[in-house]
Order: sequence, then structure tokens, then C-alpha cells
Amino acid sequence: MKMFTFAASAAILGWTSAAEAQQTLTMWYHGAGNEVESKIINEVISDFNASQSDWKVELQSFPQAAYNDSVVAGALAGNLPDILDVDGPVMPNWAWAGYLQPLKIDESKIASFLPGTKGVWNGQLYSIGLWDAAVALVTRQSTLDELGLRKPTLEQPWTRDEFMDALAKAKAAGKWDYALDLGMAWTGEWYPYAFSPFLQSFGGDIVDRSTYKTAEGALNGEAAMAFGEWWQSLFKDGYAQATQDPADRDGGFAAGKYAFSWNGNWAALGALAAFEDTVFLPAPDFGKGPKIGAASWQFGVSASSKHPEGAAAFIEFALQDKYLAAFSNGIGLIPATPTAAEMVDNYKAGGPLSVFVDYSARTSLVRPVTPGYVVQAKVFEKALADIANGADVAATLDAAVDEINADIEKNGGYGH
Amino acid sequence: MAMIADDNRGLRLAARYAVLVLIAVIFVFPLVFMVMSSLKPTQQLLEDSGNLRAFLPVGDISLSNYFAAFQRAPVASFVFNSVLVTGVTVILSLLVCSAAGFAFVFVHWKGRELFLSILLATLIVPFETIAIPLLLMVANLPWLGPEGVTWGWLNSYRVQIVPFIADALTIFLFVQYFKDLPGELIEAARVEGASWFQIYRRIVMPLSGPILATAAILKFLVMYNQYLWPLMVTQEEGYRPVMVGLQYFFQLNVAWGEVMAYLSLITVPVLAFYLYLQKAFIASIASTGVKG
Repeated sequence: MKMFTFAASAAILGWTSAAEAQQTLTMWYHGAGNEVESKIINEVISDFNASQSDWKVELQSFPQAAYNDSVVAGALAGNLPDILDVDGPVMPNWAWAGYLQPLKIDESKIASFLPGTKGVWNGQLYSIGLWDAAVALVTRQSTLDELGLRKPTLEQPWTRDEFMDALAKAKAAGKWDYALDLGMAWTGEWYPYAFSPFLQSFGGDIVDRSTYKTAEGALNGEAAMAFGEWWQSLFKDGYAQATQDPADRDGGFAAGKYAFSWNGNWAALGALAAFEDTVFLPAPDFGKGPKIGAASWQFGVSASSKHPEGAAAFIEFALQDKYLAAFSNGIGLIPATPTAAEMVDNYKAGGPLSVFVDYSARTSLVRPVTPGYVVQAKVFEKALADIANGADVAATLDAAVDEINADIEKNGGYGH
Repeated sequence: MAMIADDNRGLRLAARYAVLVLIAVIFVFPLVFMVMSSLKPTQQLLEDSGNLRAFLPVGDISLSNYFAAFQRAPVASFVFNSVLVTGVTVILSLLVCSAAGFAFVFVHWKGRELFLSILLATLIVPFETIAIPLLLMVANLPWLGPEGVTWGWLNSYRVQIVPFIADALTIFLFVQYFKDLPGELIEAARVEGASWFQIYRRIVMPLSGPILATAAILKFLVMYNQYLWPLMVTQEEGYRPVMVGLQYFFQLNVAWGEVMAYLSLITVPVLAFYLYLQKAFIASIASTGVKG
């Protein structure tokens, strides 16, 4: 009996000390409400916790629409977790504000990652993404044939004239409600993500990236003015609608209301399901090459984490190709590495969405890498909405520049 | 002559009912739209939204959106949290604010006019302006629980309840109502030797049915619709209320059928509370029989 008691006590003590040996790491993630995403992130965590005895990650999920506000509130209250996920363009702001610390991982492991997945600010890696997103001009092969249009490629994208010719022909055909669905119903980050690449292809930008201290010349210079006039003409000439019913954004292309749709790869499978002959065309070249946005959600370590080495160990663990592939299969985004892409039917060579890998690798440009981006994005969105609704282009862009510059000045140049 | 009068009365009645029906339609149809939409697949819901079919249970009708909503988010937990936080806050608010209103109207103390003015001035301060200082404060408050003294109120029910128990609007409502109560009743009770608490409990509160119902409804709506504050103070899913939970349904491609199902579910407690208090409201007016 004594022997049994001793053995039982030893077992309990052993179990207790093993449990105590695993230091808990807290993690916040934006995927609440997304069953597939939640399932995969929980699998990654479960695998990590079982793979070693030093760390145990505990997850708190937030709905995406409320995530950033929750993190800011958590930071103010001094209540951030060890591991955070962060939207790529927001990362510099969180790093500058002291929410994140540099991410210490073996950088050789991310050498082959898509450029948009690496969150680098001030020369240091702060975050890394398991996937990236890409945008394409979605249409049908039958539409191209019907309108007598050549199919553009990355090597030979449509020029501005060809793109406008395509819209004019689609409008003249009278078969669709509008020639182009820009997704105007998706207010918020969609505007700078999807539309600032047009501006960059014209030769302008949201802010002067050489200094990040002014938007003068970038957002109201000659190239930006040309972009603004072109942007307004899309609506004035009836090619696109300035205000859009969200239902039309979600289902308009599939319902045959639009000839072309500027949309992301997350919606690509839906388009393919609607029309077998759906094709995903590269962005038009407005002078400075075809451009699309880059950088999606990424993982980083909070500045207040007492265990950054544990947090980094988890992030490194999550970078395995099998998880990149699992996320891609689950949520439809582009795996961060070519080797993971080969594990995904949609994105492997010859796969229905494989063009997105090339578009991301060869035409993507991250949004301005500055803490001020969070303000600049909102100013840019308002300016574009105003211009679409008929505001004077020069006056609107000048006002946007003033607002951005005032914000940069107010924040002491955001550390640039 | 009598026939003409009858005709006029009939016409007036018909006109009155027509106006009432129109108003009822305006108020009821959004609810009907919500419930009907919750029964339809998203594609059909979007197609029907532009015509009268949106208000009818036609097409591919099922409860699948409700099942999907429960699968997407812990709906029962969100509703429970909201009902708990709202219910406790309403009860405590009625107690505290009515007592405060009583003290402002019936108890004569130095500086009450000034204090009431200062209190009413806070009505113009929007919550958003004090949200961050309040967050910094509650994040560092002590609490005595079973595990001893702990610091910080985040991720708890109390952090969603305590800051909203007393508010200037509710106190103001009680003050205005108490001012109209007959002072003779209070004076008579004082002469009879009743204490302030006895007067509050046995005379004033039984006469305050209508204002209690009104204040409860207003407070209930404010608390049930809370979004910003719970978003800031509840990082743990287990404490989140319904409005934060609504965000779970706004993914890249919104499943509108599930959104409508969720909204229908979370509207039930509001309607139930309103209908219950509407009855209490009428009953309280009928039973008081007090003339000012």
C-alpha cells in the first residue's frame, strides 16, 4: 500500500512539474467567426504545444473587424499577449507605437517567402506572414473573345489605352450593367490596397517614399493628377459606379452584371464556380508597370512579451510548408513559399489560381511602410471616394496632401 | 342628421386606422424583413431584397442559417453575457439613480443645486471622450475575490457593469419625476416620524412605476447595444456581449442569411423586455391613482 501511495505521489509530482515546466504564451488572432481559419490555427497551436516541453500557446480569437481596436485598447491597458497577428500595412505603426518588438527568427528560413509576407520596418523584421493576397482583373474568356480583345500577360499587360478600349467596348455592347466592378462597396482598407497600385502605376504614390516626410508631389504631382482625372472618368463616363450595393460586389460578377471585376484571389474560386471560362488578368500598365498591393496578416511578438524567444519559436514553427499549404487550402490565399504553393492544387504550376503567385511575386508593391500609413490610408480613401463622386481632382488631392503632411508633422515625422 | 354624423365618425375612424396601419407597417416591416431573410439562403435573400418577396416566407425556406450562426459563433454565450450584464446594470442603476434623485429632490443638503448642475453638465460629454481614461483606470483597479486581492478588472462582468450603474440622464429622469410628486405626502410621513429610507421605500418608490419602467427601458437599450466599451475591455471570448459578437459574421464574403438569423436571435430579449415593461408601465399608471 505504501509502495502504491509513493508511486502515485511520484507520478502526480512528476506530472505537476512537467505541466509547470511549460511556460504559457498568450496569442491573439483575428480569425473569430471564420471556422476554417480557426480550425487551422488551433491545429498549428496544438502541434506546437505537443512538439516541445518549454512553451504552451493559448489562443484568444477576435473578429477581424474589431481586431485592431482591441489591440490598441489592450496596449493602452498594458494587457497585450506574447504573440500578435498584425495586418501588414499596420505593422510599422504598431512597431513605432511600441506594441511590437523585432522578430528574432532564423531569417534563412524566410529567404524564399514572397516579398509581401515580410514585415520589415527601419531595417528590422517585425512580422512574417504565412500567406499573401493578390488582386487581378477578373473576366471571362468568352467576354474577351466577344469584344475582340487580346488576353494580356505579365510580359505584355494591357496599356492604359487598351484597358480603356476594353471598357468602352464592354459598355457599347450593352450586355452588362457596368463594364467594370471596382468593389466600391468595400470601403476601408480595400481602397488603398486595391486602388493605390493604379496611382503607383501612373507614377504617383500616397506619400513620398524616399523620405516618408511629405505627400507633396507624390499625391498631387503631375502623375497623381493624371491618375485622379482617369479615376474620375471611370465614373463620369459610366464605366463603373461610384456607390455600389454590397450585394452587387459579392455576387454581381457571377450574376453577369459586370464585364470585368477588380477583385482579390480570395474571391477567385467563387468566380470560377460561376463561370468555367473565368480568367484572371494582370493589372493594366499605366506607365510605370503593372502594380498590385501586397502584405496580408502576419505574426509578430508584442513588445511587452516576457518570453520573446518562446513567441519566436512558435512563429518559426508555424512557418512550415504544411501549415502554409493548409491555410491556403482553407482560406484560398497564396502560400508564402513556392514549395508550399506546389502542395496546393489551386496554386501549383498549372493550377487554376497559379497566376496569382506570379502576380504577387512580380508586380506587388507593399503599401507605404510608415507608421503614418494608418492615417494616410483613410485620407486616401476619402479622396478617392470624393473624386469618384465628382469632386474637383486638384483641390481634393491638394487637401489630402495637406492632411497627410499635417499628421506627419503632428507626430514628429513618425521617426523617419 | 344623425346619419351624417355617423358617416363622419366612420370616415374619421377609417382615416385614423389607415394612419395607424401605415405607422405599424413602417415599424414592423424591418423586423419582418429580418426574420424572413433569416430563413433564406444568402443568394435568394439578395435577389429578394429589391421586391415584396423580401417580406414573405417564400422560396427555399429553412432554419439552416440559425444552425450555421450557432456554428460560427458562441451565440448562446453572447446572449447570456448581454442579458446578465444588462439585467444587473438596469437593476443596480434603478436603485442607485432613484436614490440619488430622491436625495436631490427631497433631502435638503448644502450645495445640492450646484452638484445637480455639475452632474447634468456631464450629459454633454460623450462616452468616447472618457473611454480611454476609464480604460486606464479599470485596468489597474483592485478586486477582492476568492483568490484574494487581484489587480485589473479587464475580462470580467464587473468591468462592463460598474461604470454604467450611475448616469446623469437616469438621475435627471428621476429628479424630474420626483419633483411632480405631491410634497404633502413626504411632509406627512416626516411628521409621522418616518425615516428617509422608509419614505423612499414605502412612499416614493411605489408611486414611481412609470419612471422606473421608462428608465429601465432606456437603460436596457443602452446597455444591450454596448459595443465600444466591451470591445475595449473583453479580450476573452467568454465575456463578450452580443454586439461584439455581431462582428463574427462580417467576414470577407458576408453570409447575410446568418447575419439576419443572429440579429433575429439577439432581438428576442429586447422585444421580450419591452413587451414585459410595456405591460408594467400601463399597470403602474393605472394603479398609482395619484394626481399632481
